[in-house]
Amino acid sequence: MELPCGVSKSTYAQDMAVVHTRTQWGLLGILLALLCGLPFFLNSLWLGIVIHTSIVLIAVLGLHILTGLCGQISLGQAAFLGVGAYASTLLCAKLNSPLPISIIGAAIFSGCFGIIFGLPALRVKGFYLAMSTLAAQFIIIYLFIHVRFAGGSQGIFVPIPQFLESKINLYFIIMGTAVLATAFAKNISRTKAGRIFVAIRDNDLAAEVIGIRLSYYKLLAFFICSLYAGIAGALYSLYIGHINYEHFSLMDSIWYLGMLVVGGLGSTSGAVFGVIFISLLSKGTSLLASQMPSLGPQVASTIGIIVFGLILVLFLIFEPRGLSHRWEIFKKFYRIWPFSY
Amino acid sequence: MTLFLQFAIAGITMGALYSLIALGFVLIYKSSKILNFAQGEFVLVGGYVGLFFITKLGLPIWLGVVLLVATLALLGFVIEKLTIRPLVGQPILAIIIMTLGLSLLINGTVICITGSELGTFPQFIPTAPIKIGGAVFSQVYAWCFGIAVILVALSTYFFLYTRYGLYMRATAESHEVAQSVGIKVRSTFTLAWVIAAAIGGIGGFLLGIIMGVSGDLSEFGLKVFPVVLLGGLESIPGAIIGGMVIGLLENVAAGYLDPLMGGGVTEVFPYIIMVIILIFKPYGLFGLTRIERI
Repeated sequence: MELPCGVSKSTYAQDMAVVHTRTQWGLLGILLALLCGLPFFLNSLWLGIVIHTSIVLIAVLGLHILTGLCGQISLGQAAFLGVGAYASTLLCAKLNSPLPISIIGAAIFSGCFGIIFGLPALRVKGFYLAMSTLAAQFIIIYLFIHVRFAGGSQGIFVPIPQFLESKINLYFIIMGTAVLATAFAKNISRTKAGRIFVAIRDNDLAAEVIGIRLSYYKLLAFFICSLYAGIAGALYSLYIGHINYEHFSLMDSIWYLGMLVVGGLGSTSGAVFGVIFISLLSKGTSLLASQMPSLGPQVASTIGIIVFGLILVLFLIFEPRGLSHRWEIFKKFYRIWPFSY
Repeated sequence: MTLFLQFAIAGITMGALYSLIALGFVLIYKSSKILNFAQGEFVLVGGYVGLFFITKLGLPIWLGVVLLVATLALLGFVIEKLTIRPLVGQPILAIIIMTLGLSLLINGTVICITGSELGTFPQFIPTAPIKIGGAVFSQVYAWCFGIAVILVALSTYFFLYTRYGLYMRATAESHEVAQSVGIKVRSTFTLAWVIAAAIGGIGGFLLGIIMGVSGDLSEFGLKVFPVVLLGGLESIPGAIIGGMVIGLLENVAAGYLDPLMGGGVTEVFPYIIMVIILIFKPYGLFGLTRIERI
């Protein structure tokens, strides 16, 4: 990683630090303060958008660990979100368990589901693995509709505790989780497991030859990914209040993958950039289209998908390394500006 | 028994259409190793373009079909030139995301223009039902089955006995070798996309005759995956047999299990088969088993 000139490091801990300079600490503090102050001057529409974006961020961070770091493609992330949402709701509604326990339970349950559908990863990879996660998506949605206590196609209402009735409290819980999840994802890439994930992504046969337990770490990646999805799903159920199989469609799984690619595969900041960029873009276009009723309702309902597809295609052609690469270029540029020689 | 025959006939007809659509997928994969998630969108576009030419403009059927094939071929050509060409040599994830993005783009555009309304073709197939061994079914099935089988046979003939088919098989074997003996590998890629799009479009037209044109047509693109995984990704006979088997199993299973499970078996059954294939025989019936080296 490149740093401004004059930054010297004399210990290993300094070298490994995520935040290097005082300016970076300052910026981080400002960002956190901004996030704390945000709900007090946003109207409820934008607060909803921010909450939804941070839930999506948690889901995409999970996918970042599985796809970006470990290189295993998953087309079923939304279904695992659904598993988390249904598990937490059912735990709350049928077993009357307190909220934190039901969220943790949902995360672990979803993680175990992830392991089950990650099992084919031990034998196949690439396209074949993508297919098995695609099958997971369809089979899990089928279960939501047809398992008796999941409420069928009408879905179920989520019992929401008193103190989460106010959007601001909900915001703090969800945003806090998202910040923790980001920090955790950033740190995973610097641990032993994270480096092993990258080795598996780059060449899984070579990784096995140098003594990595391939099956264990692939399943670990699936577990962590689905754990994130489970947490995101549980929080999502609290946010929308009524869950239904339609909230966890294949389309959402594709959106999550697309956000990851637009942001830049393999970097945590990429996941954050991608989620923010695509969420704002899709909300912006649908708001814009609803401002112009002369275009007709079908334009308003499809413009988000069209723009998203177009952005994906354009990014893959012109900037396959994503927004995070652009961000690195920008940082290099301003550090030496105006004396670039 | 009669009931079984009823399900089986519907299943085999669907299976023939699956084979047709899967053929386009296999053609692209064989020649360029590109996995096309947008095959279902060719089906969708085919259905609506056919609807536009035949029902809206009132053209005769044969002219409508010719124009449909031409439009879809153009679409395949443009997609290959603009979006797939820059991805040659990129990792598989980029290719999957690119075709997924394309499918969103096409799907959104079609729904935006048409409003996803249900449309039907004018009646040009006699409606008198056919009876086979007690099972009664409408003639539409027989016609569509016949057309699909003829098209599959034509494509197989093209692939095995014509010059361009030979080029495609050579390209599938190795891009470098094909290039070195003077085959234009690039135009072979383009040809594969043109044919795949045209075949998908005809598939959409036939499906539109059976069940009406609607936004649901694109879902048939995803049913292609169980088919090609059963048959093997690189195999044309595999796509044909896989399509028939999946269509048959799906319809028979839906016929018997739907009353027990409360419906929806058709949507999930092919994927259950797919998981079983992936666990026990991931390279399918006729696919090449890959040997990997470091």
